[in-house]
Amino acid sequence: MKRAFKMPGFSVGFIMAFTFVAAALISFFWTPYGTSGVDIVNKLHSPDATNWFGTDHLGRDIFSMIMVGARTSIAVAIVAVGIGVLLGVPLGLAAAARKGSLLDEFIMRGNDLIFAFPALLIAILITAVFGPSAINAIIAIGIFNIPVFARLSRAGALSLWTRDFVLAARVSGKSRFRISFEHILPNITNLLIVQGTIQFSLGILAEAALSYIGLGAQPPIPSWGRMLADSQTMVSFAPHLALFPGLAIVLTVLGLNLMGDALRDLFDPKLRRDRQ
Amino acid sequence: MLIFTLKRLLSLGLSLIAASVAIFFVVEIIPGDPARLMLGINATQDAVDALRTQMGLDQGLLARYWLWASGLLQGDFGISYTYRVPVAEMVQGRVWVSLPLALYALLLSTLIAFPIGIIAAAKRGSWADWLVMGGTQLGVAIPNFWFAMIMVSILAIKYGLFSAGGFPGWDEPLAALKALTLPAFVLALPQASILARVMRSSLLDTLSEDFMRTARAKGRTARGAMVHHALRNAMIPVLTIIGLQFSFLLAGAIIIEKIFFLPGLGSMIFTAITQRDLIVVESVVMLLVFAVILVTFLVDITYALVDPRLRRRA
Amino acid sequence: MSLLEINGLKLAIGAAEILHDVSLSVDAGQITAVIGESGSGKSMTAYCVNQLLPRGARTKGNVQFNGQNMLALDESTLCQMRGKDIGMVFQEPMTALNPVQTIGAQVAETVLIHGAASKPEARKIARDTLNRVGLPEAEFPLSRYPHELSGGQRQRVVIAMAIALRPKLLIADEPTTALDVTTQAQIMDLLKRLVQEDGMGLLLISHDLGVVADVADHIVIMRKGKVVEQGATAHIFKHMQHPYTKALFEASSHKPDREAKPQDTPILEVKNLIRDYTLPRKSLFGPAPKFRAVNGVSFTLKKGESLGLVGESGCGKSTLTRAILGLETIQGGSISINGVEVKAGHTVPRTLRRNMQVVFQDPYGSFNPRHKVARLVSEPFHLLESPPKGEARKAAISEALTAVGMHANDADKYIHEFSGGQRQRIAIARALIIKPELIILDEAVSALDVSIRAQILDLLAELSDKLGLSYLFISHDLSVVRAITDRVMVMKSGEIVEEGATEAIFQTPQHDYTRALLAAAPSLEDLMQ
Repeated sequence: MKRAFKMPGFSVGFIMAFTFVAAALISFFWTPYGTSGVDIVNKLHSPDATNWFGTDHLGRDIFSMIMVGARTSIAVAIVAVGIGVLLGVPLGLAAAARKGSLLDEFIMRGNDLIFAFPALLIAILITAVFGPSAINAIIAIGIFNIPVFARLSRAGALSLWTRDFVLAARVSGKSRFRISFEHILPNITNLLIVQGTIQFSLGILAEAALSYIGLGAQPPIPSWGRMLADSQTMVSFAPHLALFPGLAIVLTVLGLNLMGDALRDLFDPKLRRDRQ
Repeated sequence: MLIFTLKRLLSLGLSLIAASVAIFFVVEIIPGDPARLMLGINATQDAVDALRTQMGLDQGLLARYWLWASGLLQGDFGISYTYRVPVAEMVQGRVWVSLPLALYALLLSTLIAFPIGIIAAAKRGSWADWLVMGGTQLGVAIPNFWFAMIMVSILAIKYGLFSAGGFPGWDEPLAALKALTLPAFVLALPQASILARVMRSSLLDTLSEDFMRTARAKGRTARGAMVHHALRNAMIPVLTIIGLQFSFLLAGAIIIEKIFFLPGLGSMIFTAITQRDLIVVESVVMLLVFAVILVTFLVDITYALVDPRLRRRA
Repeated sequence: MSLLEINGLKLAIGAAEILHDVSLSVDAGQITAVIGESGSGKSMTAYCVNQLLPRGARTKGNVQFNGQNMLALDESTLCQMRGKDIGMVFQEPMTALNPVQTIGAQVAETVLIHGAASKPEARKIARDTLNRVGLPEAEFPLSRYPHELSGGQRQRVVIAMAIALRPKLLIADEPTTALDVTTQAQIMDLLKRLVQEDGMGLLLISHDLGVVADVADHIVIMRKGKVVEQGATAHIFKHMQHPYTKALFEASSHKPDREAKPQDTPILEVKNLIRDYTLPRKSLFGPAPKFRAVNGVSFTLKKGESLGLVGESGCGKSTLTRAILGLETIQGGSISINGVEVKAGHTVPRTLRRNMQVVFQDPYGSFNPRHKVARLVSEPFHLLESPPKGEARKAAISEALTAVGMHANDADKYIHEFSGGQRQRIAIARALIIKPELIILDEAVSALDVSIRAQILDLLAELSDKLGLSYLFISHDLSVVRAITDRVMVMKSGEIVEEGATEAIFQTPQHDYTRALLAAAPSLEDLMQ
């Protein structure tokens, strides 16, 4: 961790992403203004000292909305990554432990199948059946994350299974299941952390897109994508409506990606050798 | 190569069957009776039953799947619950907006990504590399629908460049292309950023391969070795990403169409969702998945063309 | 004036000084071999000649080739010389060729880059050159891809690319290291023949004295970026001066003292063992084809005995090991350990596996980098019903570590803190910890430099004397097998072709294959006489 913070990319990224995580956490206790009340008198204010980011068409404070909206974005993205890791990694490890078996074949073909459905199509199918909600957005993005982590952990695990230390563990009589968790998993955590960061940022983008087209979080829950959708007709005369939620998305995603890239450089011995 | 193609074709067919089963059963588990939904709460039970028979809803799940799937094969997508017209008719005009948009974006993405990715790799560590790496990092982070909104308000509305939306139809090819250019560009930008980064890192990986040193030892200049040996090898991971991008572009097109008021599959599918016109949702999703699977197949074939090692394996 | 004359060459990459004051020469039609262990700077010396150095490399001194100082030439002049005047052959034939181009295109490329001929002529030259290096048209048309060839064949293609324009100087960087013994000898013969036919100079880089000793006219011994000794081969062999040279010679023909004598009770008996692998299906229908990796192998290993198993890659020796270790099911025959028999269709059970442990080749890959030495070394405890806990466990770990010459404190360190030789000691400690009777040494010293190798062999001899261990010593390296085994088996294509007392086999081999193996790897002792 200390080494990570020595990399400028990681530090800058961490500050960006952490700002919004902090904003989301603080919003549980405090926001400058409420976000549920309608205050038509103060609608569409430009940014000023009272409303730092201005107000929207219902007079709600955009700064406060962005703070609360961060909750939705981050929660959806984190849970979706969690789904991907918790289901995808064991599947990938199992497939690798029995490479070439029916189980492997089944898991990999299942992955291919899910890959044929972009997250948005999964979301469309789910909302068509169950109706739009933040939970369904999580499921849609989460399902899409499963094959991402399954493939990654399978590929990582396969290269480890050929290593002598795994053979040594087998000579010591350890089962494939036990070796997967004792020897394989710890050695692919770096891969998983990097990919997790990237899927987290993709999750933020996907949540924003789903909310934007009305398939994600439903009003009155504020979300960045929803705010952008609401601002669409007013962009030409109230650009701040679109500017701030958009920047929030960009900065969070950028921050996470910078962290991911820095971690990848840190973990990848090949790149490290390059730099020396 | 023939066996390779046949095997890929077989897996294409299996994927399609698996996808259609998945879609059909996800949609069919929905609670509620489509016939009741179409006729409204006040309709008599007899009328509902009659409609159920007419739509084939009284049959078993498997029979209905067979009916639907065999219909798809013959280009019969069923009848819209809401509009009572064949889905195929509704889809027809719209597919030729969404699909060209996605392909156009794919083309732009490749055209943008290749040169800048190659330049960044060739001049690693230079200011050009830093610029590309920084720019693409930003390009990945910007949500394309937000970028689209900004583009529309600045370029189209304020300055009247490009068209702010709408689609004149393919009878006027140039105007149609013009109408698709800004949406395609917006759609392509994040994908181009990703692709450029992949191109760069793939090239850098290839440049450190042993055979690059061999080429230099034969007397190739650094640039000559890159052009004659590195590029084709570096293409292999890049192709994978191009294949994956198509599905993102197709899905992204649905959103971008909305912003540019393009009469594509996007607006249709959203209306269908709100009206719970499931047969339309089902068929359109199937159509898009078909396109994705087809592109995956084409990428696999291209793989084998680029890499002789794959031709014998399957 | 020699063809290549290096004088006072210095090389630094970044802050690291790689070469200090290297001088050597290569004459036309002669072979100069540069010998050294890893890190001696021998390869970098070669790369200084054609100036294919890594980024940030700075050179000083004089590399006089054909009347020009290579260090002073600009990049475009160098490009014109590389491939035309100076050819190069690399260590790794598997990766040295572009996988997506045909071999014909890659050989013709050398000709075309230098504009030496038109396209059809270049193809003809490529064809002729491939014929010259022993890849005839019938079997190896120009349209072949590298992945369709074996390692030795690929190395021939690399050589063809290097000599297509008949360069004056050929640089070969460990050209046979990645190859099997018999292939090694063929490639060395080929290089020697080409040197004679074309009258070119050959700068041959190697870590293996045995491989180059009988072809080189001139030997240069390097260590830590310096030339410690050089001279005509015969002269070096007779009158070596420098202590390092002497140590290197001694180490490569090192023979540890062993006192223990084998007892009569067998520990391991293998009878008619068969191991089949299922191959990937070739057609969509019909059964998947099978490959018989071990075909009716029988042998007995006695208590306290050291048995060698020699064979080239793909001969089935690793598969045999895996079956004995209980990692894979056997399809035919039987394996008996301490008199308990395991029959076809079964896997060697845990209760028997306690009697055996293994040491692998790669000191870097055989430890989980995330665990501490204590945990790594104690892993085989898993085989025991009631493994020692707490203090007893600690004591067992210290005992194993001290037995192999490591310190008990090393238990709390991570594996990356140790050198290759130390890691191999730790690997042996891991094998010793459950006090097995049999240790399988799977190429256990092959990846080590000769001087380290000698130390590990001494350790193994000492341990077998002290603990009465039996060894199954698997290696492709004949000199090592000769040094440490009582008996030796020669394996080829899944079968044991010859078996007998080690010295008898080495003195009077009976099977043709054994003879070929021995001829391909002459021992230094024979060469020195």
